[in-house]
Amino acid sequence: MSETRMLLANAEDPELRTLEGYRRHGGYASMEKAYGEMEPDEVLSELENSGLRGRGGAGFSMGKKASFLPRGDMDKYLCCNADESEPGAFKDRELMQRNPHQLIEGIAIAALAADAGRAFIFIRGEYATQADILDAAVAEAYEAGYLGDGILGTHRRLELVVHRGAGAYICGEETALLDALEGKRGNPRLKPPFPAVQGLYGGPTLINNVETLSNVPHIVGKGAEWFRGFGTEQSPGTKVVSVSGCVTRPGNFEVELGIPTRELICDLAGGPPAGREVKAFYPGGSSAPVLTAEEGLDLPYSFEDMAAAGSMLGSGSIIVADDTVSIPHMALRTARFYHHESCGKCTPCREGTNWTVKMLDRVVRGEATPMDLDIVASVQENIIGHCLCVLGDSMAMPIGSMVRKFREEFEEVIAAAGPDTETERLNVVRAPAETLGAST
Amino acid sequence: MSELPLDPALTTGREADREAVGVPELHEVGCPDELREEIERLVGLYPDRHSASIPALWAVQERYGWCAPEGIRQAAAVMRVTPAYLEGVATFYDMLHTEPVGSHKVLVCTNISCWMAGGDGLLDAFRAAAEGEDVYVSGFECLGACDIAPMASIDGRYFGPLGDTDAATAIEQIVADHEVLPDKSLLRRPLAGDSGAESRPHPAPPDAGASERDRR
Repeated sequence: MSETRMLLANAEDPELRTLEGYRRHGGYASMEKAYGEMEPDEVLSELENSGLRGRGGAGFSMGKKASFLPRGDMDKYLCCNADESEPGAFKDRELMQRNPHQLIEGIAIAALAADAGRAFIFIRGEYATQADILDAAVAEAYEAGYLGDGILGTHRRLELVVHRGAGAYICGEETALLDALEGKRGNPRLKPPFPAVQGLYGGPTLINNVETLSNVPHIVGKGAEWFRGFGTEQSPGTKVVSVSGCVTRPGNFEVELGIPTRELICDLAGGPPAGREVKAFYPGGSSAPVLTAEEGLDLPYSFEDMAAAGSMLGSGSIIVADDTVSIPHMALRTARFYHHESCGKCTPCREGTNWTVKMLDRVVRGEATPMDLDIVASVQENIIGHCLCVLGDSMAMPIGSMVRKFREEFEEVIAAAGPDTETERLNVVRAPAETLGAST
Repeated sequence: MSELPLDPALTTGREADREAVGVPELHEVGCPDELREEIERLVGLYPDRHSASIPALWAVQERYGWCAPEGIRQAAAVMRVTPAYLEGVATFYDMLHTEPVGSHKVLVCTNISCWMAGGDGLLDAFRAAAEGEDVYVSGFECLGACDIAPMASIDGRYFGPLGDTDAATAIEQIVADHEVLPDKSLLRRPLAGDSGAESRPHPAPPDAGASERDRR
């Protein structure tokens, strides 16, 4: 099994990062076609017909999302979500680092379709290297007339700013991203109104993930029909999949959607080390309910098949746990992340993530009873669907799945791991202040 | 029962001897010209000046090493917002420091994939190596580099996969102002599926009992 490289084509060429290198590989031809030969509506319908689904996690039709923006003279905006912060996800980092102009070209074409005059790339602050690369590429694109006033001899104008975040997972949630970009604390907003109608600065706003926008030049350049030749009927195209955890060749692999998951994990990523077996994996980042090896390895890797199995493809990030990994400890590690990142606005998420960490901490310390597992499970049910955004759900879904599918292992840990010493018992008492407070 | 004097702040929400701080005037804050010019440039990038808050705080942190109160006042004066507004923003984000930290920053990922590969031990190794040095070491949530687990961000650049001895080497190089771990830089890494990419044995998983001691 090999990769099908569309977005990562020529990525081994370090010159691809520069405008000259990108053009040498045919770059910006799609943008010239779109701005020179196509009406904005044609671009939009090409995107809709391609069936491209958002690569940030939700998998919503990109063209449809763009078509929700109202028409009219008001200022419209495009935001590229480059706040990739989901544990397990590192594909946007690769795409921005190796091929920044592909993203800029995609943004310019999508801005034409959405009639947006200003665009922002909201990149997580940790990606300093990638932000520097983007800054250099944006400067080149301005210089060459792909951005700014009178793009490619038309009357169109597009301003593009690379905006660095400062470390907050919640800013990847689209409405929190808008608040952060408006200079506030990154708290999510109530929806509706949806950003397409009332987003950045109150104007219609199209928000798309890095990988989604990086697909746009290929679709416009070669056509929706060509694009649909890759992947499955409901998940057309390729996907850059981040595979990590207990595999011997972790990394990003670009494959057609619908390939067997086993090939991704065991062939491309090398599988677990010799003598160890896949036990479970998160198919779509740490927010996705885990699948056991029996459930998941032989499923096609697509949006629809992962959903049918009770999980999700999400951002396309696989984290593999082999038979040496303790699921209760993995659950605690996962819950801690969401507890740390909860913005605190909605009670079910703020309190639910907090109590889940406390209870799982008790579980691994041997302070819990099997009844506590039912409480852990019920807390998850009380979070899902009860908050402004899905951060709490993103903890509840994987934790719920782990307790459900590996309940025996949790019970064994509870039975086996009683605190041995007085010191450890004291640690339990100290836990709220020391291990659960705001960290980093 | 004797009556205790009631703190007016409890009933009115205001402290009698403290006035709310408004937008400071530029001449009051002694903002260095370069910082003022940089923040003015940032404000000019956006339709609404508030949007420059995170970039302005980055500029303050770049200049002072952290978001020092006087730096926040300077940024507030240039942006025409209250210092409290910027403090509220600064405290929300993990990378903006509202307390002094070392001149160099090492963030060690302890999230799922790095934890599986020994991130907790790596954090301990960095902490031990940085003892007494002007280097800030902290555990951090997923940094988006699970392919090089366990990894660390050193002064904003990514390195991995790191063994425990790399921590001591890196700290020595940081302190001596030498290039840090050139062979471990993410930028030099080929794509996983390309020739030149090596497969490697995944390290033994962390001891289950020890792994949940607090790391942050």
